[in-house]
Amino acid sequence: MTIEVRDLDVALDGRPVLAGVSLTVPAGSWTAVIGPNGAGKSTLLRAVLGLLPCQGGITVGGVDPRALKPRHRARLVAYAPQTPNLPAGMTVFDYTLLGRSPYIPHLGRESARDRAVAAEVLERLDLAELADRELDHLSGGERQRVVLARALAQQTSALLLDEPTTALDIGHQQQVMELIDRLRRDDGLTVVTTIHDLTLAGQYADDLVLVSGGRVAAAGPPRRVLTRETVAEHFDARVHVTPGPDGRPILSLERP
Amino acid sequence: MKTQVRAAARLRPAQLAVASAVLVAALLAGLLSGAADLPVGGVLKALADRLPLVEVDSGLSAVEWNVLFELRLPRVLMAALVGGLLAVAGAGYQGVFRNPLADPYLLGAASGAGLGATLTIALLPGDPGLTVPLAAFTGALGGVALAYLLGNVAGQGASHSATLMLAGIAVSSFLGAMQTFVLQYRSEELQRIYAWVLGGVGSADWHQLAVVAPYALVSSVILVLHGRLLDVLAVGDEEATALGLSAARIRLLVLAAASLATACAVAMSGLIGFVGIVVPHVVRRLAGGSYRIVLPLSLLAGAAFLELVDLVARLAVAPGELPLGVVTAFVGGPFFVVVLRAARRQVST
Repeated sequence: MTIEVRDLDVALDGRPVLAGVSLTVPAGSWTAVIGPNGAGKSTLLRAVLGLLPCQGGITVGGVDPRALKPRHRARLVAYAPQTPNLPAGMTVFDYTLLGRSPYIPHLGRESARDRAVAAEVLERLDLAELADRELDHLSGGERQRVVLARALAQQTSALLLDEPTTALDIGHQQQVMELIDRLRRDDGLTVVTTIHDLTLAGQYADDLVLVSGGRVAAAGPPRRVLTRETVAEHFDARVHVTPGPDGRPILSLERP
Repeated sequence: MKTQVRAAARLRPAQLAVASAVLVAALLAGLLSGAADLPVGGVLKALADRLPLVEVDSGLSAVEWNVLFELRLPRVLMAALVGGLLAVAGAGYQGVFRNPLADPYLLGAASGAGLGATLTIALLPGDPGLTVPLAAFTGALGGVALAYLLGNVAGQGASHSATLMLAGIAVSSFLGAMQTFVLQYRSEELQRIYAWVLGGVGSADWHQLAVVAPYALVSSVILVLHGRLLDVLAVGDEEATALGLSAARIRLLVLAAASLATACAVAMSGLIGFVGIVVPHVVRRLAGGSYRIVLPLSLLAGAAFLELVDLVARLAVAPGELPLGVVTAFVGGPFFVVVLRAARRQVST
């Protein structure tokens, strides 16, 4: 399911955050949105979800999500926020079941099928054993997977993930990214993530979109976007870029 | 696949049965206690006789029969109704504001009702009858509407809930000041006004019950039906919207239903604090934090709780009576501490 954004303008409280942003995410591919702090990465995701008022064209699989009712939109695009609210006392299973909300009648209750989908998702993410665990008793890596489980339970073909690896150690970062990649390939998901770690973004994404100052500063395959010059210009950082074994760029910091 | 399909957090029949049993026991205790000694067997038979298709000779005298059906039963039902409404409204507000300390009187319902009742008592000569509850009801809804309008004007977006709460505090202070102002001029009515403010169900009759029942029914049905949606709202408005909910609409509907329930309770009984915060909290501790559990059980437990409170109010200083608002705090406070200590369950606070 292709995601297309054309000339997107977003203003928050009258302050322009994004201006003229365009990008295309081909069906089944992974695009990482990178950029310095405050560049508008999260705003871009939230605009595509229809959570913010914005101008410009947005289509997901040919449909403008802003024209849909929330419950129909939630069957099209799933979202995992950077800092999800995890209600204390709620179990992992019940939290995953929240992902079935767009399929449950307004005042109704979830069906056996909804419960089966939630259980299956937990099984796939190796979380079945934690199903009865309460959210406040999870480690950082487990928490990240549980939020992913809720998004997968929505059974959408597009997945928008805001900083899925925040606050994870390097091992857990790798695990989560591998997991997203596996799910993408198995289910043909179209994935858009914002991500801070440039090397990590370059290792996994098919395309990178560099957002800086509310505009798209560079876009394309990682080796074209992640150059010493671009990083210096937009992140004000000195890095050394070397191609990894598969040709994808690996960045290391250099002291000025 | 060995996938085990689990049930979601929801009300279990056993929990419902226990809460109902406690309520029935409290209602019976309320019916059997009082100045006139009614025989237990006679009361049960007389109640059974009222059921359709059942005919039993209760053996109650005409006086006893009147005490039971014209005094005790309406009073007991009114106490239960008010308690249930306050508790379920409190639970609803807590869900909407995602704050377990939210109170049924949070949005100016209490001060609005207080002002309405005060104005009526101060300005209308003689026995105002049903106009006091009517004015309290109107005042309560007016207070909430004012808070809501102010909150909407002042804040939008993510901080909306917090702004609304602050608007409620502002409206409460303002209306409270107006009430004090009126009291200054009509200090001779102070006692009557205070008797109303401190709350009681001693004057309940079938007519009052019939007037309030439809509103009470509609508001509690709406609240109880929204349990699952309030559970989804627990992740915040933005995530709830991304999960397919019309968060703002749900919030408004639950707020309206909770305010209607509060207005009914206030109109019938005056201001009775404590029930709306403590009953949902105790239910959460004992039965689970999901609103699918908290809302229906708060309705039942709140009814049982206020029934027992009314019992204490009647018996503690017999033949006199204590105001219910005083007893809820007096009895409820220590009871709450006991529950907090006894329950080890980890719950969001």
